[in-house]
Amino acid sequence: MSTGTTKLDVVVSDVVPVNELVTRFHFRRRDGGLLPTFSGGAHVVVEMRDGDRTRLNPYSLMGSPLDTREYTISVRRDDVGRGGSLFMHRQVKPGLEMVISYPVNLFSLDLRAKKHLMLAGGIGITPFMAQTSQLAGAGGNFELHYTCRTASLGTYADVLQQRYGNRVRLYHDDREERIDLDKLLSSQPLGTHLYVCGPAGMINWVRDRAAALGWPPETVHFEHFAAPQPGAPFDVTLAVSGKTIRVGEQQSLLEAIEAAGVDPPYLCRGGVCGQCETNVISSDGKFIHNDHWLSEEDHRSGCKIMPCVSRFEGKSLVLER
Amino acid sequence: MAAKTIISRPLYGTLSPQPGKHHLFIVDAEGALAITDMAGKAPPGFFDGAEIVFIPGPEGRHVAALEALKPAQLHIAPSFASLLPRLKQTLTNAHMGLRLYLAGTEGLIGQAMQAALEAGIDHTSIQTEHRGSLARRVQCVHCKGITENVSTQPALCSHCGLLLLVRDHYSRRLAAFQGVCINAEDRSEIPPMEEAFP
Repeated sequence: MSTGTTKLDVVVSDVVPVNELVTRFHFRRRDGGLLPTFSGGAHVVVEMRDGDRTRLNPYSLMGSPLDTREYTISVRRDDVGRGGSLFMHRQVKPGLEMVISYPVNLFSLDLRAKKHLMLAGGIGITPFMAQTSQLAGAGGNFELHYTCRTASLGTYADVLQQRYGNRVRLYHDDREERIDLDKLLSSQPLGTHLYVCGPAGMINWVRDRAAALGWPPETVHFEHFAAPQPGAPFDVTLAVSGKTIRVGEQQSLLEAIEAAGVDPPYLCRGGVCGQCETNVISSDGKFIHNDHWLSEEDHRSGCKIMPCVSRFEGKSLVLER
Repeated sequence: MAAKTIISRPLYGTLSPQPGKHHLFIVDAEGALAITDMAGKAPPGFFDGAEIVFIPGPEGRHVAALEALKPAQLHIAPSFASLLPRLKQTLTNAHMGLRLYLAGTEGLIGQAMQAALEAGIDHTSIQTEHRGSLARRVQCVHCKGITENVSTQPALCSHCGLLLLVRDHYSRRLAAFQGVCINAEDRSEIPPMEEAFP
């Protein structure tokens, strides 16, 4: 349990394979009521009870915000990840009772925009499914550019083209189709906001080009949930609670802190929201920062760490927890 | 220099060259000097993509200094009202990559920003620098009339004649400070009028 993450008791109402890598999961409230309202771009944290291990992974809600009878998420199978997506694909069946967090939106539309320009890469399409539904319902002006590896891996490309016609433009890597990004960014009317969700490399590329072409930072929105990376085990002293813990190879620092019975605040568990930011009291070693929250200056200073995605290598680390 | 008193009171910075494809400057009177001071920090060729709209005011100075920067366009306007239709047209046709720079009096900065907000530019995306007079554009909260160039405290509403306390409470939507009747309880009470915004 954590601040801002009230839980919802849900039941899996449907499991739908979408393509060879992606499966969609539908959740309904166990008591049959409506789920909380959300806005396009929101995510929920799904609790996965796998034996004695609990994983907490964030997934964007992809259904229409206008329909809160159910929530839907799409999960891309990652065969070399830490096992969350494999658990979802293998263990989660219709009828299974699960617990998810209330929705939280760290990637919301700026509704003051005259136009919304959306760039999706791969499974980064999911928040745009909800955002386009929200905008289409309100007559909003948007354009979606979606890059996928192949047509068969273009998750929901068919649905989107059917719904929105030429407002959706597809780019297939295997056909050498590439976004002419500079031209696209330079031809947008004043008052356009840019949204990008996809692999880290794509997000960095788009943010860099947008900044160089004169897009003010407040018009550029991005979301990338960094999955916690595995790494060498390390020991950490939690000064406030007086505990010394070991972070396992496949475990995140946040998960290790929670396993020791300490509950830091969190929302996204993906290095984005800033909730679990933790002060470093002392350290002797090297930080491996993987978050998008702290500034480069914070990263260099070694005074702060985001335990949800970042790790440490070295002799000792003392945290204010 | 304006001091932060309440949260709505705008603060201004120092113009600095931004990355972008087009640079639009709207300045009045001493605001021209904010551009010439900034020019030293601008990368080569910066003014090739720049348009400067300048209201020289009664003293009519600084035109030559702006001409010397060789902007792509220099437009001299007699007043803000006279340049507004052109500004709106420019913003309507503009693309992302246009950067806006406002310098001079608060009235000019506020009104140009008002047009920019309507065009979808966030106020935090706009470069501003205050130069010259501290005179305020004030909206009488009672009759809603706007009085330009208010330099006294209290001030007389030029529309309904009420004596107004000029507050730091500012509206970006109206591009005006709020003026509230200072002697509503007893209209015979007339506080001394002082030069507060020279």
